[in-house]
Amino acid sequence: MCSLCGVLGGNEHWTDAAARPGVFTRNVERIDRRRERARRVAAANRVLAAFGMSLSDWQGSSFVLATRTGKSEIVEDLGHLWPAAERLSGRACDPLDPDLIRRMEEDGHG
Amino acid sequence: MADAPVFTPVHLLTGFLGSGKTTLLKRLLADPALADTAVLINEFGEVGLDHHLVERIDETMVLLQSGCVCCTVRGELADALRDLHSRRERGLVPPFTRVVIESTGLADPFPVLSTLKSDPVLRHHFRAGSVVTTVDAVNGLAQLDTYVESNRQAAIADRIVLTKADLAADGAVPAALMARLAQINPDAVRHVATADGPAAETLLGDTEAHRAGKLQSASGFYCDAPATLLAADGTAHRSAISSFVVAVDGPVDWTGFGVWLTMLLNRHGERVLRVKGILDIAGEERPVAIHGVQHLVHPPVHLAAWPPEGRGSRIVFIVDGLDANLLKRSFDAFARAGKTREGAQPEAAAQVRNVQSS
Repeated sequence: MCSLCGVLGGNEHWTDAAARPGVFTRNVERIDRRRERARRVAAANRVLAAFGMSLSDWQGSSFVLATRTGKSEIVEDLGHLWPAAERLSGRACDPLDPDLIRRMEEDGHG
Repeated sequence: MADAPVFTPVHLLTGFLGSGKTTLLKRLLADPALADTAVLINEFGEVGLDHHLVERIDETMVLLQSGCVCCTVRGELADALRDLHSRRERGLVPPFTRVVIESTGLADPFPVLSTLKSDPVLRHHFRAGSVVTTVDAVNGLAQLDTYVESNRQAAIADRIVLTKADLAADGAVPAALMARLAQINPDAVRHVATADGPAAETLLGDTEAHRAGKLQSASGFYCDAPATLLAADGTAHRSAISSFVVAVDGPVDWTGFGVWLTMLLNRHGERVLRVKGILDIAGEERPVAIHGVQHLVHPPVHLAAWPPEGRGSRIVFIVDGLDANLLKRSFDAFARAGKTREGAQPEAAAQVRNVQSS
């Protein structure tokens, strides 16, 4: 677990703090919270597809990151996602990689 | 003790060797406004403080062996802060409402900030306050040219204090140094130190609201001249630290932005010295301010209103050797991808404008 990513303990990651319903609240608005998690899964999967991986919600509390061969790992939040993704795929997940950017641009247009 | 804040701000005073940190600290501590301040100095006994609390921290940098190279945590700093907190709770020391840490001249300021965020005890009782960096008006330019530490200290600062201006030629801070600092860190407020200024409250009177407000101040967030580092004669500086603004028309998807920024910081965190800006989030009326230092991102703050410049996202990046155009393109690609699947406002796809006139 990387303490410098501000994610030790796995709670209160900065991406959890948006004023959209279901983001701040944990005890009420269950449906909103699940919907927000689903959005995150979808957003992450758009990128993870480039690395042959996918993310899914796990019991509304964590996420499961999996490769096509079935290697999987539980991650707490977006802060933990990328170190785990690099570990499982054995590749650097670099948003500044021109090939990845091109892929994301094509995905955006198509 | 009753008036001790829930989260005690920890301010960091840094600056290159001999740039006047201790002199500034001495003067600040004489100010009654700082009477309730605990001070940590990592050189032993430089300032005699009777009713203040002086702790000594060795320059021990502990590298955790858990496999993550970015996890440098200053064990002794954490111990010292925990001890201070414990003794305050037990009433053994006067209730202090802020902590000032004076680091050594060669220290990278970032691990101190990360300690606050990563320690399981500290992060519930302390929060990062201002980073104040002293820059020597006489030798500062040479130090910036020579030492990467000096650049990092200036780049991470919330406030820069220019010292020894009275020793400089003409008794003023050289314009070249001011311009250089404006390039390294366009959004830091620059103060020139005099015998009785800047005031302690100006430098250390930091609150969350203050930080949010600061983002919108004329001298604060909107950089006048973000720039890559080129000297006046057009040659590149030795250090590759540069700043630029990414401006986006149309709303940004928070989820897509979160995916993008966490991915960027995971891979390039140590090279992203600073991320600071306001975002126009889809579905949000008010602007959201974000503020990050390397791997550490502060919780976003909602601002009361849009600045006079109008609605729109503007993010200042201060980076060490990253390609600005690639980063802008990456932001654009990820923000756009985050929107199309939702089918919302396809015509408002975020277009990155290059504010830096090229």
